[in-house]
Amino acid sequence: MSEEYVLETQDLTKHYGGVHALEGANFKMRKGEHVAIMGDNGAGKSTFVRQITGVEQRTRGKVWLYGEEVNFAGPLDAREAGIETVFQTLALADDLDVPDNLFLGREITKFDWLGPFRMLDYKAMREATIEGLNRTAVKIPNIRNSIRNMSGGQRQCVAIARTATFHSRLTIMDEPTAALGVQETAQVENIVRTLKEAGEPLILISHNMRQVFDLVDRIVVFRRGRMCADLDIKSGDYTGEDVVSYITGAKTGEEFMEHAL
Amino acid sequence: MADTSHGTGGLVFDKSKRSWPNELNIALALIIIIAIFEILGQVLPYMNGQSFLFDTRDRFDSVFNEARLKIIILQVAIIGIIAIGVTQVILTAGIDLSSGPLVAATAMIAMSFAQTELVNGNPNPKAVFGPWAMDLPVIIPVLAGLAFGAMIGAINGTFVAYFRIPPFIATLGMFLGCRGIALWWTSGNPVSFPTESYSFIGSGMMPVVWFLALAAIFHFILRYTVYGKHTYAIGSNEEAARMSGINVKRHKVMVYMIASMLAAFAGIVLSSKASTAQAGMGEFYELFAIAMAVIGGISLTGGRGSIIGTVLGAMVLGVIRSGFTYVKLDGSYQLMAMGSIIIAAVILDQYRQRNRA
Ligand SMILES: Nc1ncnc2c1ncn2[C@@H]1O[C@H](COP(=O)(O)OP(=O)(O)OP(=O)(O)O)[C@@H](O)[C@H]1O
Ligand SMILES: [Mg+2]
Repeated sequence: MSEEYVLETQDLTKHYGGVHALEGANFKMRKGEHVAIMGDNGAGKSTFVRQITGVEQRTRGKVWLYGEEVNFAGPLDAREAGIETVFQTLALADDLDVPDNLFLGREITKFDWLGPFRMLDYKAMREATIEGLNRTAVKIPNIRNSIRNMSGGQRQCVAIARTATFHSRLTIMDEPTAALGVQETAQVENIVRTLKEAGEPLILISHNMRQVFDLVDRIVVFRRGRMCADLDIKSGDYTGEDVVSYITGAKTGEEFMEHAL
Repeated sequence: MADTSHGTGGLVFDKSKRSWPNELNIALALIIIIAIFEILGQVLPYMNGQSFLFDTRDRFDSVFNEARLKIIILQVAIIGIIAIGVTQVILTAGIDLSSGPLVAATAMIAMSFAQTELVNGNPNPKAVFGPWAMDLPVIIPVLAGLAFGAMIGAINGTFVAYFRIPPFIATLGMFLGCRGIALWWTSGNPVSFPTESYSFIGSGMMPVVWFLALAAIFHFILRYTVYGKHTYAIGSNEEAARMSGINVKRHKVMVYMIASMLAAFAGIVLSSKASTAQAGMGEFYELFAIAMAVIGGISLTGGRGSIIGTVLGAMVLGVIRSGFTYVKLDGSYQLMAMGSIIIAAVILDQYRQRNRA
């Protein structure tokens, strides 16, 4: 499809047995655009993320990344294609420390001819971690502590730093500030603004109306597995209350009427 | 200097803040157990004040009772080799019950390619194959044994990773299967009279050399290579490992293969040491190997523990075994003591886990 879109999905659908978690999503985002996905609990937001990041195999539908059709066999494929994701579940290994987690699955190594037994370059990873965390202004008391011993917010910071440390063609954050304090939330929002300035596209999933209005260009609303609104909030035509009425089902976007329940 | 742990982007890399390693606890437990036997040696009237580990006869050339030390470690060396493998399996939150029978099956297979043609000038009475399989270079039985181990491990790993059979069940099936192979190979007959070079593999202190060398190698691999990091990551949080782009299934197959190859190697060493292979060999080895790992602090839920811990766990079992012989207590007490220690180790691990979260 068109190359002007960073991501495009057509009829993207995921059923878990009888549960229609995601149904016929036609999603598009332009280069450099920041899009929020909103919707009540269980609306299918995370399911959408799992389908485009190769974590799960979709029931049906097509996905294009920068105009190229993609069929990721697994999360590694998606990452190699340039999609960096903060999953809602964070996807951290509890018994490992911060550099280990940041570089999990893409370790800096030496003696690569040793195949699976190639050696970890701990020093390089530690330095890159410190640099990455400093750049994202994330506070971690001691990066050598295992993740298990960290607070929920610190864990979330590690997961965000993991995404922000690497350059990407598309960043996805699934409720990145859910467990964060005021200061940490502000820092994450700064990271998002940095991405915007750098022209890196972002999908942000959030329940925080203020945050969404502050940060993104467009809100896509999911309800019961279906997209039900696509709101250009930079136009100034929509207020928070409008968005709420789309989320709750009091309103439905015109172009989505045919599926309205 | 400013307190870098607060304020923006404060980062500390402080070695001193790393937590007390669990291996020290096990080393401490080992010392306490040794001390108990040492004290028992002094207080039990029939012991005549003998020392358990120290050399009390001549204080000049050695401090320790080297003969006993050697026996302690020699007794656990072969099972210790298996324990190095099962440690890795447990680190991925799996289990391998097939290693004991695999020792027997591998011993049978390897030994049948390691026989000599002539025993005291007569044809080998235990010959499995014809003359073509006699007096082969030692590498052939060793490779045959390791290849068999790799195959069994690949099957274990495939069932666990690709067919999602619980590791306990998959390796229980292989536990029975391998014992069957061991019995079937020669219809239950022992295989004996190996070549000189094959006999060397398990001679004297060689099992200890293999055990410590393999322990050192796998300690290094687990700590400093991608293989090791991914093993820990999978045991910590398998879903996170997968989402981070690790090929979890392929990695698990590799772990089970390595574990089975180590067990196969233990079978080679054992048959070499015993100069014979019998289908009943290696009974309970899988359980003692798991016990070594568990006593050594390898968490059964995966992700935590180290080879150093397992080596210490092996030493604990060795000391208990030797200590009970030393105080002339019956083997039944020995088993009861081992059982208690294993349970204590698991309770301790769960206690530590609760206090961490
Ligand atoms: N693996 C699964 N098996 C069965 N049902 C699932 C599975 N994963 C999600 N679901 C269901 O799919 C629906 C959508 O879930 P999803 O996690 O996408 O919601 P969400 O919009 O991210 O909600 P939240 O805001 O709570 O994170 C829910 O009804 C959920 O119960
Ligand atoms: Mg969600």
